[in-house]
Amino acid sequence: MTVTQQAPAVEIDKVAVRFRGKKREVLALEDVTVDVRPGEFVSIVGPSGCGKSTLLKLVSGLLKPSAGAVRLLGGSVDGPRHDVGFVFQRAALLEWRTARRNILLQAEMRGMPEREAAQRAGELIEMTGLTGFEDALPHELSGGMQQRVALCRALLHRPPVLLMDEPFGALDALTREQMNVELHRIWRETGTTVLLVTHSIAEAVYLSNRVVVMTPRPGTIAEVIDVDLADERDYAATMSLPGFATATGRVRELLGAAGGHE
Amino acid sequence: MVETAVRTAARPVARERLVALAERSWRPFALLAAGYAIWWAVTQFGLVAAYKLPSPGATFQAIWNEVGYFAHHTWVTTFETLLGFAVALVLGVLAAVVMVTSAEIEKTLYPLLLFAQVVPKVAIAPLFVVWLGFGLTPRVVVAVLIAFFPVVVSMVTGLKSVDPEMLQLASTMGASKVKTFVKIRFPASLPHLFSGLKVAVTLAVTGAVVGEFVGGNEGLGSVILQANGNLDTPMLFAGLVVLSLLGVVLFVAVEFAEQLLMPWHASRRGETVTVTY
Repeated sequence: MTVTQQAPAVEIDKVAVRFRGKKREVLALEDVTVDVRPGEFVSIVGPSGCGKSTLLKLVSGLLKPSAGAVRLLGGSVDGPRHDVGFVFQRAALLEWRTARRNILLQAEMRGMPEREAAQRAGELIEMTGLTGFEDALPHELSGGMQQRVALCRALLHRPPVLLMDEPFGALDALTREQMNVELHRIWRETGTTVLLVTHSIAEAVYLSNRVVVMTPRPGTIAEVIDVDLADERDYAATMSLPGFATATGRVRELLGAAGGHE
Repeated sequence: MVETAVRTAARPVARERLVALAERSWRPFALLAAGYAIWWAVTQFGLVAAYKLPSPGATFQAIWNEVGYFAHHTWVTTFETLLGFAVALVLGVLAAVVMVTSAEIEKTLYPLLLFAQVVPKVAIAPLFVVWLGFGLTPRVVVAVLIAFFPVVVSMVTGLKSVDPEMLQLASTMGASKVKTFVKIRFPASLPHLFSGLKVAVTLAVTGAVVGEFVGGNEGLGSVILQANGNLDTPMLFAGLVVLSLLGVVLFVAVEFAEQLLMPWHASRRGETVTVTY
């Protein structure tokens, strides 16, 4: 697929999603338009049930919009897309496979050449600090380690777009900060376009070029906030920068106005 | 419990394993020994007439006297059981796979399966003799019929209990249905399947014996039937003992296969030993 540098990596164009409930239809998303440039890191924050996760499913083609269009890397999305990497809140690892073999599942499913896949897995294991845990089974790993395995698996095929659905939501605060720092570094190293759904305002601002703030159901876009921070970000230093305070303040204000944020 | 407190990450060495095995199994053995002692005492002191309840000594003597005879009939019953179990396993897994691939097929098949399950197999076993003669076939068929249901039910549950996120992930990986089945769905359903197989293997023994009751003159079922007819209670009890042993051995064999195939699952179960058994 040929993609010009100018074309957005992800285009969500006036999308609406209706779910057919038992008694009535539920409008989950309404008139959502977002463009994500190649290599950009965009976070989506919003109250619970505002359709943030639904948005990721639309981009990956796991779900079809009721109205509007979704394009990924210039091509319209009309079925599950194979050129994305997906990370869920739960690591969703196969408990009978070691860390390494869980990562290599991606390669096996795609029929990637074995040697190339093994080499790539080795690189990612090193990059995410999993060295020494390659042969551990999931239940022998901590939550943070499991999520690292899931991240490696999502990155194995060098996807141009990485979709993350509250990937650190189940981790303790300290591990979460560590994972944020590592994700930032990995994003810088790989240059992958990232679309991250999160509940953490600090996480969203620290990691992103732009933060999309959504309203409660039906989910619409309240505002898209440009984060005025350098690309290279030290965690502790970033926390005390005025640009960080401005952005988090604005997001908090919007979510407060939207109501229902916990 | 004690085991969890001292659980270490390293693999236990052989001696530790043996100690652990002894720790786990001394209670059932103690219970078994107590039962045996009561049996012995009751017959020894003449509390029950010998023709109603033979002494343990007489029972084992009966086996010892006819070792060749028992060996032959045990082999026959074992063969019928294993064949029945194997056929039930293959058919059950296939039926489950077909049922989870289509809701329509499941809706069509499930009531039929349930109906086949509620028909008392003991009652229709004589019919199989009429249809299939006095040979091996009707006995194996009864074993298959009895063992089939738990296999299907457990496998369907297993195939349906796969993490939906895992399946979504597979579709973003561009995995074919076959690959998804082989690498995710099937292995994920094994723990469920094996809990069904443990029930199925003991039921297969019952099925084979029921088959032997109604037709043929081979197998432990017919040994018991003949002994009963002759009022030869030591022989009858001998048959029961051997039959019970057969059931236990087959059950343990299935458990062993489970641990061999799913060490990951067995080790997890070890950790949750404090919750329930």
